[in-house]
Amino acid sequence: MARKIGVLALQGDFAKHMAMLETLGVETLAIKKPQQLEECDALIIPGGESTTLTKLMVKYGFYEPLREFSRRHPVMGTCAGAILVAKDVDDPRVQPLGLMNIAAKRNAYGRQVDSFVTDINTPMLAGAPTFPAVFIRAPKISAVRNGVEILMSSAGEPVMVQEGNILAVTFHPELTKDNRIHRYFLELTSD
Amino acid sequence: MEKATFETKVGLAEMLKGGVIMDVTNADQAKIAEDAGAVAVMALERIPADIRQAGGVSRMSDPAMIAAIQECVSIPVMAKCRIGHFAEAQILEHMKIDFIDESEVLTPADEANHIDKHQFKAPFVCGCRDLGEALRRIGEGAAMIRTKGEAGTGNVVEAVRHMRQVMGDIRRLTTLREDEMMSFAKNLGAPYELVKLTAKLGRLPVPNFAAGGIATPADASLMMQLGAEAVFVGSGIFKSADPLPRAKAIVESVTHYEDPEVLLRVSTNLGEAMVGIEMKDLPEEEQLAKRGW
Repeated sequence: MARKIGVLALQGDFAKHMAMLETLGVETLAIKKPQQLEECDALIIPGGESTTLTKLMVKYGFYEPLREFSRRHPVMGTCAGAILVAKDVDDPRVQPLGLMNIAAKRNAYGRQVDSFVTDINTPMLAGAPTFPAVFIRAPKISAVRNGVEILMSSAGEPVMVQEGNILAVTFHPELTKDNRIHRYFLELTSD
Repeated sequence: MEKATFETKVGLAEMLKGGVIMDVTNADQAKIAEDAGAVAVMALERIPADIRQAGGVSRMSDPAMIAAIQECVSIPVMAKCRIGHFAEAQILEHMKIDFIDESEVLTPADEANHIDKHQFKAPFVCGCRDLGEALRRIGEGAAMIRTKGEAGTGNVVEAVRHMRQVMGDIRRLTTLREDEMMSFAKNLGAPYELVKLTAKLGRLPVPNFAAGGIATPADASLMMQLGAEAVFVGSGIFKSADPLPRAKAIVESVTHYEDPEVLLRVSTNLGEAMVGIEMKDLPEEEQLAKRGW
């Protein structure tokens, strides 16, 4: 099946997501304008600075086209992307898309010196029992409401959640060599 | 759980890609930078153009001024220490600075040694003029490399020279046979293992940003098209006539660096750019890029 996965390329580590998707043999597209969404079967919103992404998404009119896209296609947000897919964010400087019934808290673990790597149990992924999760100035999912399923938790807190075809991941699977989360996302596109 | 590994240090640099890091000297400027869409701010008492004017020894900024900026923005805050001044770096790390710039813009504290950056939890960015210098800094633990350019001049020519040199060195390296790499490493004065890794990757092992003399959206686009993955703007924004629109325009020009339609729009009616300095009017002893090795 021909699938093309868009990666929002306004700012952040979009190239890392594209490189990982390409190792899985899927075609990718760097999305810099909303009309490019029409060419895609799914979208990843990468890590970066959520304030910067907000400014650029407002400036280029991404909000409504992206919400419309999410009704028909899977969307995965990682780190800053997880903040943007949330319904509520603790900071008025960030304007979320509200694709998912969760609340997000920015920089919830502290500053950069508090960034960390940890192995997380992955009951929903086949293969190795854990996933090497890289948390960088990471957000927390501070509320998980109706309809949202928790897929992975770390230290008792949700770090990967799903509602329908929307995924939010607070860490960075694209910075590892483990492509299982990207494969899980791609499976959503074949439904 | 492992905190502050090389992976998380480089990881933050990855998150800053496609963005603009702006020099700011107070909380008001920091807010303007964040509002314009900066991915990070560099907190310093005097921007490079004023350091040039003032002369004398330029040191790490007062922590109180840096802390005031940390208080008022949510984006990463960077700060500069002198080349080789690991005590300044220890202070910056203790105040949880997100990235430390071991910078030639300040007066070097050690003419023989740069900081052993592996000893720190905070990530470091360092300047370079060529691949050898970049790989020496990465060998010492830098998690991000930037061109030195010539800070505080508003003249992009040196940043272009340094970026072309780094990218050209990498292109030449990728054409070599493996048995030619030791000799290449010797000539560059670069660690052999990092030379081999760079050849394998076809790029620097850490993100490669541009700095030093960028003053317009077109300057930023030029550096991105030459291979930079993000851009530092020092004096270029707050030495211009109208900082906020210029800051916003440079943010857009980095995202859409290959789109002349956007570049045309954001370059129009920006007001006066900062006054630039011609390199021939800058005596060699005043050239900051010559500091460090």
